[in-house]
Amino acid sequence: MDVIIEAFPDILQAFWLNIRLALYSGVLALVLGTLLAAFRVSPVPLLRLIGTVWVNTIRNTPLTLVITFMLFGLSYQLGVTFSDTISENVFWLAVVGLGVYTAAFVCEVLRAGINTVDVGQSEAARSLGFTFTQNLRLVILPQAFRAVIAPLGSTFIALIKNTTIAVVIGVTTAEGINESSGLMRTLIEFNGDQTILIFAVFALGFVIITLPIGLLTSWAAKRLGGVR
Amino acid sequence: MKSASGSVLYDVPGPRARARNMVLNVIGAVLIAAAGWYVYDKFAQDPKGPQTSQWDPEKWKPFLEGDTWDNFLLPGIEGTLKAAALAAVLAMAFGTLCAVGRMSTIRPVAWIAAAVIEFFRAVPLLIMMIFLWLAPTKLFGADANVFLAVVLALMFYNGAVIAEVIRAGVQALPRGQREAGAAIGLTNAQVMRLILLPQALRAMLPAIVAQLVVLLKDSALGYIIGYAELLRQGNNIATNNGNLVPALLVIAAIFIVMNLALTGLANWIERRTRRRGRTAATVGHADVVPPAAGTGAAL
Repeated sequence: MDVIIEAFPDILQAFWLNIRLALYSGVLALVLGTLLAAFRVSPVPLLRLIGTVWVNTIRNTPLTLVITFMLFGLSYQLGVTFSDTISENVFWLAVVGLGVYTAAFVCEVLRAGINTVDVGQSEAARSLGFTFTQNLRLVILPQAFRAVIAPLGSTFIALIKNTTIAVVIGVTTAEGINESSGLMRTLIEFNGDQTILIFAVFALGFVIITLPIGLLTSWAAKRLGGVR
Repeated sequence: MKSASGSVLYDVPGPRARARNMVLNVIGAVLIAAAGWYVYDKFAQDPKGPQTSQWDPEKWKPFLEGDTWDNFLLPGIEGTLKAAALAAVLAMAFGTLCAVGRMSTIRPVAWIAAAVIEFFRAVPLLIMMIFLWLAPTKLFGADANVFLAVVLALMFYNGAVIAEVIRAGVQALPRGQREAGAAIGLTNAQVMRLILLPQALRAMLPAIVAQLVVLLKDSALGYIIGYAELLRQGNNIATNNGNLVPALLVIAAIFIVMNLALTGLANWIERRTRRRGRTAATVGHADVVPPAAGTGAAL
């Protein structure tokens, strides 16, 4: 137990790092994913192509590889740097990797949501003379989003768990504390006799973070989902 | 959502819309070409010094040589497929067991199964994998077995997800199925084994195969604990040849091909089952969101 008490401030920081990764990349994924979904249903063939290629490429690539590529490809080779501080830079690269990856899933969830919107809605909008963007923005997407609150919640929960993979490019806080999977590994390495306890604390941490999100989104889905 | 233009979201383009789409196409093409040129240009130079262009044929040549394939890529593919295949079989067994347990009429069994499923779904795969990798050594002094750690972690997580898929499949079956079974004197266990499970498994097969794609992809996490799977082997190639970026791109391409093949299999199964009249779509249609939305969340 001493191990946990002693390392507790570090553990909190580690989890906070995961949560920050999830929040920033979640916003990025939502924006990019919505854009991609709009691309995939748009009347412009090239945009549809971009959406399809993006989704099929990213969705079939392991996240470990995507994040690794962010450091070695995007940063070292293409010269994209977000900050001169290494820990800051790596953090934002991980955010981009997670965001780009999750966007593909958000796009597919949203596209499924668009398909649940009654055909009459879109036909009514068109008969009023709405353009494609007006139709999507004012009629279709607001209804589609309501229909996919629960799956989007699952996507976000998966994203939070996926932030542990940021360990491959060594995401740390400014003080050099690893995110949770890295910290758990270090703690177990140095306190082998407490392995189960350490694992239980980290497992419980993720249950505590993800459980309310699941409950909240299913409540919101019932509340806002609408009747169809 | 189909109409003459292929979508109900917009009208069939007239002359003006066609012209506008054409302009957007051209602008998009120019932007893509610019981005492509930027990447090409940046890949051609190394920020740390000259003569290290990523387009240097020397960096790509290893992938055309038999030795690289014999010593790295093929063993890597084998390592990935071996772990994924074993984990897939075990996950199916574990998932079915958990699903049956959760739907058991014996309350304590149902509670335990529910707790197991929720636990393994909530804990990140990587955390589980690192624990299973370190625990045998730290607790029993046994040798660390990365293969087993990868397989078991994949089994627990994906098994728990598959359990929920199967449960959803069983719940979507018409109630008459269970009642008819009970009426002819089958026990609860017999109804589950002989009537409900076979139908649910078949109806949910596309969703289950989609989860197996996730499993195959997640096997790359073995890289982090040092299991000799494809990504690790790609890294080894890069260490020998100093060509990390080409290696990552080649590995990504191999992963994409493997996953597309598996996705193709899933689609083929879905078409086949649809011809027979029972699909995940007809089973899941009580949901507001079609099954595709549910599986899309599985990442």
